[in-house]
Amino acid sequence: MQTSAMSWSEYWGVIADPRVVASYRVTLLSALAASVFNGLFGLLLAWVLVRYEFPGKRLLDALVDLPFALPTAVAGITLATLYAENGQIGSLLAQIGIKVAYSPVGIVVAMVFTSIPFVVRTVQPVLEELSHDEEEAGMTLGASDRAVFWRIILPSLWPALVVGTALSFTRSLGEFGAVIFIAGNMPYISEITSLMIFVKLQEFDFAGASAIASVVLMTSLLLLLLINLWQARYLRRIRGR
Amino acid sequence: MSIRLTNISKKFGQFQALSPLNLDIEEGEMIGLLGPSGSGKTTLLRIIAGLEGADSGQLHFGDRDVTQIHVRERRVGFVFQNYALFRHMTVAENVAFGLQVMPRKQRPSAAEIKQRVTHLLETVQLAHLAQRYPEQLSGGQKQRIALARALATQPEVLLLDEPFGALDAKVRKELRRWLRTLHDELKFTSVFVTHDQDEALELSDRVVVMSNGHIEQINTPAELYAQPNSRFVFDFLGNVNVFNANWQQPRWQNDAAFLVPPEQPELQQSGAIYVRSHELELADKPNSQACLPFDIVAITPIGAEVRLELAPRGWHSDELWEARFTHQRLKQLGLEKGSQVFATPQTGYFFGAEGDGAPIRLNWPFLPPGSLVFDI
Repeated sequence: MQTSAMSWSEYWGVIADPRVVASYRVTLLSALAASVFNGLFGLLLAWVLVRYEFPGKRLLDALVDLPFALPTAVAGITLATLYAENGQIGSLLAQIGIKVAYSPVGIVVAMVFTSIPFVVRTVQPVLEELSHDEEEAGMTLGASDRAVFWRIILPSLWPALVVGTALSFTRSLGEFGAVIFIAGNMPYISEITSLMIFVKLQEFDFAGASAIASVVLMTSLLLLLLINLWQARYLRRIRGR
Repeated sequence: MSIRLTNISKKFGQFQALSPLNLDIEEGEMIGLLGPSGSGKTTLLRIIAGLEGADSGQLHFGDRDVTQIHVRERRVGFVFQNYALFRHMTVAENVAFGLQVMPRKQRPSAAEIKQRVTHLLETVQLAHLAQRYPEQLSGGQKQRIALARALATQPEVLLLDEPFGALDAKVRKELRRWLRTLHDELKFTSVFVTHDQDEALELSDRVVVMSNGHIEQINTPAELYAQPNSRFVFDFLGNVNVFNANWQQPRWQNDAAFLVPPEQPELQQSGAIYVRSHELELADKPNSQACLPFDIVAITPIGAEVRLELAPRGWHSDELWEARFTHQRLKQLGLEKGSQVFATPQTGYFFGAEGDGAPIRLNWPFLPPGSLVFDI
């Protein structure tokens, strides 16, 4: 609404501001890194939860939902404390020269934490339903364990994995609370787009804030649309019509 | 390839799925494992395939001891109950799978694989569906694709788990015939699991009847039918009537009903007489050797036959009796629902009260030839 009062050139001026563009870059790259990591790690976690029996399995299963339940600001502060140079994890990483908190890496860590449930919870049910018979059929046909995984299991999980990773990506694009506490928020280096919106709001530049928000909104919508189209096409191909 | 099972047993936790058992399957034979659910037939099939390990015993394919050999090296074709086709692959890709995952050295060239897939799809008469996905196929088509996929690597042993269980009657019948033809052409050794006695009797060279993890009887379908060796096999082969007999010199009595056995000492005891539904004659009077009074409670035409449901009159049976006649014979007898009749068994199988051994077969009249049988 605020945005519609702006002219195109004003709009462009706000969304193409170099500092804002830098924030797009940081946000996109961090979200990409986080979702790729989540794609792999989430698959692993879902696999372990479905295929193995071990003590504490139920607890781990419940913990997966923790990022959803925890207020993101709490998560951000906790992560920042853990990964700070004097924090429990940060101090260990500092010894080998890795700085996580107050750097772009911190942004990725926060995004990974807040969006991993998307991957686990989309892949898990599909993996549970995946019939053992198909794997056994593969084995009776002489396939090695690797062939069974790459050619039978992974293709069956693929749609769920892609959707889960994409959800995790869009969630990361919009993440605010968890990230700002750990990012350090240095202009051009570790400022995310959500923060730019927040900054504009604090300056009472509502039009500017909503202009940037509209970019985030459209990107996320476009992504979700593309994912849905892809999924529909994939299913149509397999089911015919 | 022949298959020899020696002393094979299997436990799942506390449950004895298979008691130690032996089974010899000859090369090129088609064996049906028949039994109710929980009888261990599927476990046995999975052990032969290597999908399940036996707790004890040895398994030989020909002269090769395959007890410790992994399923992927056993080179068996396995057709799963729900087909287990790979959903994300086309029909052609499904069939090609076994060839494509062969070690590089043995793997045929791409062109050769393509040719073999085409040939297999022609064998199962589904070449026109090569580019479809499994979800677009009917049950019968899926079944044939599953078979083509299993045969792609040219296994010498083909194992099928309830191959026709999920199909409707007509398709099932067609596929049965077709599988038998294919088996006779390609000469592999087949073992299939079924709970359908018609299927087992129609398809198999020999039937293995199983219950509670052990083998009840192994025999050709004809022999199995003529000489079931236990009550279980009898019950399982179906359509049988049971006369619970109390020995009261000189005949078997059950309240108002009685049968007179031939004069053999081993028959002069209480027990049960099993009579098949098509081995029963009906008359309007009892005779001196058999008095089994019934009321006809239902007459149902089933194809070429008519099934009569008979309720015992003046004596007790756990279940209604059943008799089968041709339409013509029924017309001659002039029977209708509600008629009172007396039955005479043509053939009976006597099981003594104790033990569960083989029955004594009795042919009517139970008296020695030349004896006088008269209506009362």
